[in-house]
Amino acid sequence: MRDFSYVRGNDVSAAVAAIAAGSGAKLIAGGTDLVNLLKEGIEQPGLLVDISRLPLTEIEAGPGGLRLGALARMSDVAAHPAVRRDYPGIARALELSASAQLRNMATMGGNLMQRTRCPYFRAEHDLPCNKRRPGSGCGALDAGQTRSAALFGASGACVATHPSDVAVMLAALDASVQIAGPHSGRAVPLVEFYRLPGDQPQRDTVLAFDEMIIGIDVPASPVAARSCYVKARERASYEFALVSAAVGVEVDGNVIRHARVALGGMAPRPLRVPAWERALAGVPAETEAVRAALRAAAEAAFADARPLPGSEFKVALAEQVVLRAVEEVIG
Amino acid sequence: MSAGITRADGAAKVTGEARYAADWQADGMVHAVLVTSAIPGGRILRADIAAASGTPGVVAVYTHRNAPRLNPVTAGVYPQTVLPLQDELVRYEGEPVAVVVAERLDQAQQAAKLVSIGYEPADFTVEMDTGTVRMPGPEAGFGRPADTSTGDMAAALAAADVVAGGEYRTAARHHSAIEPSATLAEYRDGTLTLHDATQGLFWTRDAVASALGLRPDDVRIVAQYTGGGFGSKGACRPHHLLAAAIARELGRPVRLVLTRAQSFTAHGYHPQTRQTVRLSAKRDGTLTAIRHSSRNPTAVYGADYVEMAAASSRFMYACPAIETSHRLTEIATVLPGPMRAPDDGPGMFALESAMDELAAALEMDPVDLRLRNDTSADPTSGKPFSGRELRACFTEGARRFGWRHTPPRSRRAGDDLIGWGAASAHMETFRFPASARATIDASGRVLIETAAQEIGGGTKTVLPQIAAAALGCPLSSVDLAMGDTTLPAAPVAAGSAQTLSTGSAVHAAARALLVKLASMALGEGRATADGVRLEGAEIIADGSHVRVADLLGRHGLGSLSAEETWAPAAADHAMHVWGAVFAEVRVDAALRLPRVSRITGVYSAGAIINPLTARSQMIGGITWGIGEALLERSVLDPALGRFVSKNLAGYLVPVNADVPDLDVSFVDEFDAAASPIGAKGIGELGATGVSAAIANAVYNATGIRVRDLPITPEALMP
Repeated sequence: MRDFSYVRGNDVSAAVAAIAAGSGAKLIAGGTDLVNLLKEGIEQPGLLVDISRLPLTEIEAGPGGLRLGALARMSDVAAHPAVRRDYPGIARALELSASAQLRNMATMGGNLMQRTRCPYFRAEHDLPCNKRRPGSGCGALDAGQTRSAALFGASGACVATHPSDVAVMLAALDASVQIAGPHSGRAVPLVEFYRLPGDQPQRDTVLAFDEMIIGIDVPASPVAARSCYVKARERASYEFALVSAAVGVEVDGNVIRHARVALGGMAPRPLRVPAWERALAGVPAETEAVRAALRAAAEAAFADARPLPGSEFKVALAEQVVLRAVEEVIG
Repeated sequence: MSAGITRADGAAKVTGEARYAADWQADGMVHAVLVTSAIPGGRILRADIAAASGTPGVVAVYTHRNAPRLNPVTAGVYPQTVLPLQDELVRYEGEPVAVVVAERLDQAQQAAKLVSIGYEPADFTVEMDTGTVRMPGPEAGFGRPADTSTGDMAAALAAADVVAGGEYRTAARHHSAIEPSATLAEYRDGTLTLHDATQGLFWTRDAVASALGLRPDDVRIVAQYTGGGFGSKGACRPHHLLAAAIARELGRPVRLVLTRAQSFTAHGYHPQTRQTVRLSAKRDGTLTAIRHSSRNPTAVYGADYVEMAAASSRFMYACPAIETSHRLTEIATVLPGPMRAPDDGPGMFALESAMDELAAALEMDPVDLRLRNDTSADPTSGKPFSGRELRACFTEGARRFGWRHTPPRSRRAGDDLIGWGAASAHMETFRFPASARATIDASGRVLIETAAQEIGGGTKTVLPQIAAAALGCPLSSVDLAMGDTTLPAAPVAAGSAQTLSTGSAVHAAARALLVKLASMALGEGRATADGVRLEGAEIIADGSHVRVADLLGRHGLGSLSAEETWAPAAADHAMHVWGAVFAEVRVDAALRLPRVSRITGVYSAGAIINPLTARSQMIGGITWGIGEALLERSVLDPALGRFVSKNLAGYLVPVNADVPDLDVSFVDEFDAAASPIGAKGIGELGATGVSAAIANAVYNATGIRVRDLPITPEALMP
């Protein structure tokens, strides 16, 4: 591990000032991902700004929505009664993430900022990986090791997916990311928070070098209250998704009025699927009707999909994962 | 003797008191970190060590240009044969190309990143389908032939009504012991000591001595605890030689701990297999012919490693004609090697899947098919089995599991398709010479000494049990010293042979001690320990009680020792262990995710010394089989010539949620032909038959026959 300087931010503006001043500075909170990246030399910051003691741990549920501080622990959010009652999909997505030990350490903001699990990015030394070392190529594409590659939004430079579970649920629920910067703050819808790789895959998000996440806002809605998250993975626990689905529905009588659908494991960012959201609106809240609606709109939903060798099965799997999630929320 | 004693070292392990290799310290110790090759083949043109050498705390940086010279290894076990840092050639990705030594570990790690190696790459392949296929060398296979043929195959094929089988594949897998290999080398006054994470004290000792030009007696290996090995820690490896040679050169103790990534190339891997099995049978299920061939990769250097996957077919079922063969393909990886359970692990997947396919073709209960072809003699050698209660295993297993044969796709619960599958388990019994010493002091306490290592199987617990049973004394009177080459020699902990072999030596030493005591108590001429036992501080021989203290005092002794070597007699029996495995799987009908929901295993494996530690061995083995069946797979990148993922996030092993309640039991047996304690090997038996039982259950659930391991969700897509 390369030597680095360390400072503790006493408040948000001091932390922002510190990362703005030091080139190659990184924020550290729970450290569950960053410490691994430091050890492998994947991240080599000259300065670590420790924000773990900033007062950004709030979990506040009000009539307008849910406010999650950037430093709220994953386990605390998952256990919060208001989250479990009014945003059950968020609790489920968190509980299906990582391990209990990691959830006790990891923060919500850090979860959004975790980096891809692509083995070429995570290798013990530099391999061809444009995300890790711009210009070095994409080892996964070169070798045809694309079983876990993105079907949407990839580029010739990078085919990695984003691994967060809760980001997928947050995207489905129209959450926004609250950002502090040196001059003013801004809010970015979660679906726009992650960048597509293009020819700059080293930049995962729209966050500028001198900005930090301070919180996540989730609007209250009937859809959020009837949300769930289904995760398909080979190992029964402690593994990232092959494909996951975040779904929320508003049901009126026996009819789905509104639906939100987002997929994980498919793209460099959570993938909203408007074709399925439209298809589900007005459909009876019954398995067979939902199945038919998803089937009928599947071609439209996957019109932009570009499966790579080995990842083709995710198309069919995604449809089944969404169906399962809808079944759970209407059941 | 059979008593469920909890682990003697359990408290030490959970409290952290147990000292593993990397826990040892030595005065003046420095840390060594390996730099490994980034390419799978070629030559080193340039090795720039200036930046690393200038890093604070760095003591030395070695490359092939300045590393200590080593002698070719002519003793012990060193499968790599190629010595590290002796020439500019690169033979596999992950081969050591430099070593950085520093005062602190972090300094050595950082400096290792600054070593810059320039290569001239050579052409290579890591693909099984492009390399040349050839016979294994004569040294491969531990004395077992690559090919066998018994009976009249042409006649047997002509007599068959049905043929079943196909091509089966198992994935390359890595041992992934929780403790990475580690060693602390100290060279003082002409004597080298390694505190080492090893399964094979003497294999390592003799190889290190040979490479460094030392007498074996001048090398001492200490291994109080080894944190899992599964075959990865049996032999001497390049890092041992480097740590030892550098410790001698620097005159300072050197600690070298492999990283997790290095663990994927430092001690081999279980090679992928391509197997073909064809079973021919009569309409009633009687086998007429078995043809089983297997091919695995070996390295372009080193001793051939052959995975004897077809060997199970030589012994498993009565059959008039059996042909087996093994072939190798050279690829540019580190030399593969054995992993729990070598040979029978992948081999029984293929054979027992084919048996299930034959049962399906015959519309027969797969359990009945196996019982129809049961045999009491080895069909290849003709020798009777010393013990084979396979029928009892299936009968009892079927009862415990509630087995009932049904066609595929006939059980469902909610979203899950439920399937049942059965398979035989099998492993050859390996037996090795072993020595032990038993010493009694005036208080009546007995010390058992043997060099055997504890790798997690429960050796520290069962050896005192064996001694106490042989002496007729309480377990609390017995102490144990082990894990040190200065003690009486014991074999490698491999081939599931440790309890059988070292336990027999402990038994012999304890009985010899009783004979000595009885002879002293009753006068000379005592030949056996019959009618003699130890009770507290007294020896009881033929009904007379003598205080041990008085007896020793009368002869002017402070203590009395007996040392014995047990060596397996030439066998007129074929020795194997057996089992029946029943698995239930649930496959989500929509998501196609297979999960194991219960497993019953019943085993025929000789005397069970300790039912608790034996059960732990079997549930560990079954868990290993679940990983083989559903998760574990190391993928090679054909462009870079490396394993794609060298960490436990990318190499999936089962977690608790993947492992259901496991029902394990043993047939009550005592195999006197195998060993004086009646025991045979169990450690790897549990890892056989499991993947086939799971694959057969997946077929029963879905109607889809998967012949490639691990079974992936995409393989189960309709």
